[in-house]
Amino acid sequence: MTLLDFARGPAMQIAIIIFVAGILWRLVGVWALRQKKDLSEARQTGAWVGGLKGLFVHAWPYKPFVPKVGAQYIIGYIIHLGLFIVLIFGTPHMLFFADIVGFTWWTLPGGVITAVAVITTLALFVALIKRLVNPVQRLISNFDDYATWFVTTAPFVTGLITNMNMWPDYETGLAIHLLSVWLLLIYFPFGKLMHSFWFVVSRYTTGSRFARRGGMA
Amino acid sequence: MKEHDLTLGEELRRQGISRRSFLKFCAGVASSMAIPAAMVPAMADSLAQARRQPAIMMAYQECTGCLESLTRSFAPTLENLIFNFISLDFQHALQAAAGDQAVEAIKTSMKENWGKYLLLVDGSIPLNDDGIYSVSHGQSHLDSLRELGEGAAAIVSIGTCASFGGIGAASPNPTGAVGVDQIITDKPILNVPGCPPMPEVMTGVLTSFLAFGALPEVDSLKRPRAFFGDTIHDRCYRRTFYDQGKFADSFDDEGARNGWCLYKLGCKGPITHNACATLKFNEGVSWPIQSGHGCLGCSEPNFWDKEGFYKPLSAGQWGSAEGIAAAAAAGVALGAVSAVMSRRNQNKISGGK
Ligand code: HEM
Ligand code: HEM
Ligand code: HEM
Ligand code: SF4
Repeated sequence: MTLLDFARGPAMQIAIIIFVAGILWRLVGVWALRQKKDLSEARQTGAWVGGLKGLFVHAWPYKPFVPKVGAQYIIGYIIHLGLFIVLIFGTPHMLFFADIVGFTWWTLPGGVITAVAVITTLALFVALIKRLVNPVQRLISNFDDYATWFVTTAPFVTGLITNMNMWPDYETGLAIHLLSVWLLLIYFPFGKLMHSFWFVVSRYTTGSRFARRGGMA
Repeated sequence: MKEHDLTLGEELRRQGISRRSFLKFCAGVASSMAIPAAMVPAMADSLAQARRQPAIMMAYQECTGCLESLTRSFAPTLENLIFNFISLDFQHALQAAAGDQAVEAIKTSMKENWGKYLLLVDGSIPLNDDGIYSVSHGQSHLDSLRELGEGAAAIVSIGTCASFGGIGAASPNPTGAVGVDQIITDKPILNVPGCPPMPEVMTGVLTSFLAFGALPEVDSLKRPRAFFGDTIHDRCYRRTFYDQGKFADSFDDEGARNGWCLYKLGCKGPITHNACATLKFNEGVSWPIQSGHGCLGCSEPNFWDKEGFYKPLSAGQWGSAEGIAAAAAAGVALGAVSAVMSRRNQNKISGGK
């Protein structure tokens, strides 16, 4: 079995098994916890509206903070939008998902994807440098933060090298790209990448609790 | 003088072939094998000095497609001459002798040329049950290969079966078929995979063996680098469409008619090393992608066992999805257990309130 066969077959199956089991473990584990009772009297009805608002209200920082954290937000948007575009509108990626869901969709030309991927990769490096340079951010960063950065960045870098045919041979490069993606999937449930799931939960919860107490989300 | 003793140069003169066209042929081979042009005259000289190379070609578990490809495309040209110049002492489909006589021919050639003959093999070799699944003249091909391999100067595995096991080794591989280099490990072995392999590659390999007395430089799968160094995708004339994101979505849509890239239809060009994209088949007439079908990857090991020729390269090989269903169940169970444990802990801390 070649490395590519391993990456396309067993490695993918194992990674997805760990991913699915891990995600469900964490989701069920948290949702089945006993919820904290809010003993205070609701100051206003419709806390859920506040919860929903909470999902969106932090999409851009509160005005006075913009000069301070605006750049961080922009970097964050570039990273996440880039990730989304490359993953959903890159033809090889679409075909991976199409094989699972059974239908195909429109994709972007390879050159556009490459450009987006380069910008995204640069943004990821800027985020890392910021994390290392800013003393506060550095202090609150732990292994998980760096591991999260690494498993997110690796598929971008390996994908680009594969696309540019810069590996000694393409099939090994493609295999390394795939293995880096499986690493991302395996790490996903156990670290901060779970924010893609918890984000909704935490923002809704914060928003609805604040609303119940009569505050803004 | 016996015809057998002529050098290639003498043979060429006898057939009235000019030095000029011989040099042209050498230049052609040299360029296809990335041999520097400056070396062409030297190569031609040493080739002209070459004496007949004794060769034995064995057909094992195979379909004769390789031989068809090799012989069909040999128009009466210099390529043909090179092929004829090696003295093929045994090839069961080409020779007149049959049965005991044919076996006698192998024995004689082996004895006379022990340690010097080139062994050409097509077809895989079954290992299961002592190789009983493929037998000629009462001898298993496994034994035959071991015996012939011992006296060979070098072995050329022609086609994917002889190189990597090929179709015979397709899952579940009932006969335990393998390629030559899984059995013989102490001889120079060259693989010329392809289903069928490209005749020009054979000519190139034979020519360079005659000229330099050694097999050409090979890659990690023992394929001559000169022909297998690039992927089909590297050299494909549809590559610009790949880069532009223009793909055929079916074999009969606008994209297909416009000759767009066949990646979505399962083309394995990006992971396939071969020279089809530049040399083409039937003396440069066409090749699979030109005729509208994605590359199957026929010069790569296990090309038939990658979950279908029409599945895009980036799609996963799932096998069965049961593992994932089980994983989902296990994840839910794990989550429930950890929640119960946490609740207990919560109760303990809060004293049940
Ligand atoms: C619905 C999906 C997601 C949401 C809503 C989300 C939201 C966020 C937010 C709010 C942040 C912090 C602010 C920032 O730096 O931008 C963040 C950071 C980050 N996210 Fe996501 N995310 C999602 C999915 C993902 C996925 C799928 C990945 C990777 C595969 C990812 C990788 C990262 C990384 C690496 C950071 C840290 C950036 C840094 O170091 O500054 N996110 N995400
Ligand atoms: C779902 C599994 C994935 C598969 C099967 C896959 C497969 C591929 C393939 C076949 C290519 C094409 C290389 C070429 O053009 O020659 C590629 C490119 C690329 N992939 Fe992935 N990939 C996957 C996931 C990801 C993820 C999660 C990321 C990012 C986090 C990523 C980032 C990239 C990038 C940046 C490129 C280069 C795109 C370009 O420049 O056109 N891939 N991938
Ligand atoms: C550059 C630094 C920061 C990064 C990379 C970052 C990243 C993130 C991420 C990824 C999330 C979503 C994860 C989750 O829901 O568990 C999140 C949520 C949150 N962050 Fe941050 N954060 C940063 C700074 C801050 C700061 C300075 C504060 C407060 C002063 C803060 C307060 C929160 C709160 C309250 C949430 C949960 C509620 C919500 O999602 O709106 N974060 N952060
Ligand atoms: S048809 Fe195949 S080899 Fe040619 S560019 Fe498309 S994917 Fe590559």
